[in-house]
Amino acid sequence: MPVNQYTTDTMESLRAETVLIKGDAGDQIRAFVARPSGDGPYPGMLLIHHAPGWDDWYKEATLRFARRGYVAISPNLYERNGHGTPEDVAAAVRSAGGVADTQVVGDCQGAIDYLRAQPSLNGKVGVIGTCSGGRHTMLVASLATGITAAANLWGGGVVMKPEELTEKRPVAPIDYTDRLNVPLLGLFGNDDSSPSPDQVNTHEEALKKAGKNYEFHRYDGAGHGFFYYDRPMYRQEQAVDGWKKVWDFFGRQLS
Amino acid sequence: MCTNIIENAAVAGSGKGADGWFTLSGANVSYDHPYHAPLEYALNIDFVNEAAGPAARVAVELTAESARRLVDAILVALDRGALAEAGA
Repeated sequence: MPVNQYTTDTMESLRAETVLIKGDAGDQIRAFVARPSGDGPYPGMLLIHHAPGWDDWYKEATLRFARRGYVAISPNLYERNGHGTPEDVAAAVRSAGGVADTQVVGDCQGAIDYLRAQPSLNGKVGVIGTCSGGRHTMLVASLATGITAAANLWGGGVVMKPEELTEKRPVAPIDYTDRLNVPLLGLFGNDDSSPSPDQVNTHEEALKKAGKNYEFHRYDGAGHGFFYYDRPMYRQEQAVDGWKKVWDFFGRQLS
Repeated sequence: MCTNIIENAAVAGSGKGADGWFTLSGANVSYDHPYHAPLEYALNIDFVNEAAGPAARVAVELTAESARRLVDAILVALDRGALAEAGA
């Protein structure tokens, strides 16, 4: 597969904007939506932002999916925590112990419903998330409706000890494995501590035992967040291969 | 965030943020991913006034070793201050 997916005679046209959608409990939340300008049909993609917030990386990843021919949406899961720079808002969320799992699933269901209402959708919707968004991806893929395939990128806290459960995070996502009924892609760095290689193995065992359709890829020389080109954890070789696996997986599952 | 390690302390005093001085109501101490420090995990302290919104924040992101040095320095300074105030 070539590094670039297009030929130079392509006449590209995208539409990208912030929209208001209905989130959990009917609350209005913001979402960044990017899509090709054509009539489609296009697959849909829900991008669940990471713990550092609804930031540049996620908006750029949303645009990246749109350029690859997806109707892509990334909802602001921190809408209720006020507005400011993404890091200030994320710090407020961090101090509050994160956002509740039920609220995240409700917000993501709203984003899925928004995608499904788009006339240019081909009827299929993927979900992808990194870091806490990877954990949330597992919850959404197990509990929400209207998902076709899911990708968990180094989601920490999928496997949780009983003492790690809180009011906001009352169930370990691994305990919803029986309810996961879509193909799953997992990308992990072997130098990561959350999830650790042992936790990734535990998750894989549960998927295998339950007979789920999954593919996990583990990378040596990479830790947490190895796609983040604005952070020192970026690993060029592993990130390029990881993106290739993402395009290949969703290309197969959502076409 | 990923670790969910967070400790909240009520503090009284002032902090100087992007818009100048403001009254502090709390210090949120986490061991988690930093935004700026080139580390996978850092000891992060946010001095905040939550009633004033997310931007009322003075943030530091420290290596674990330097955070412990800071704790030691604070305790030493407090002990010396207590002695000085007692006129010792």
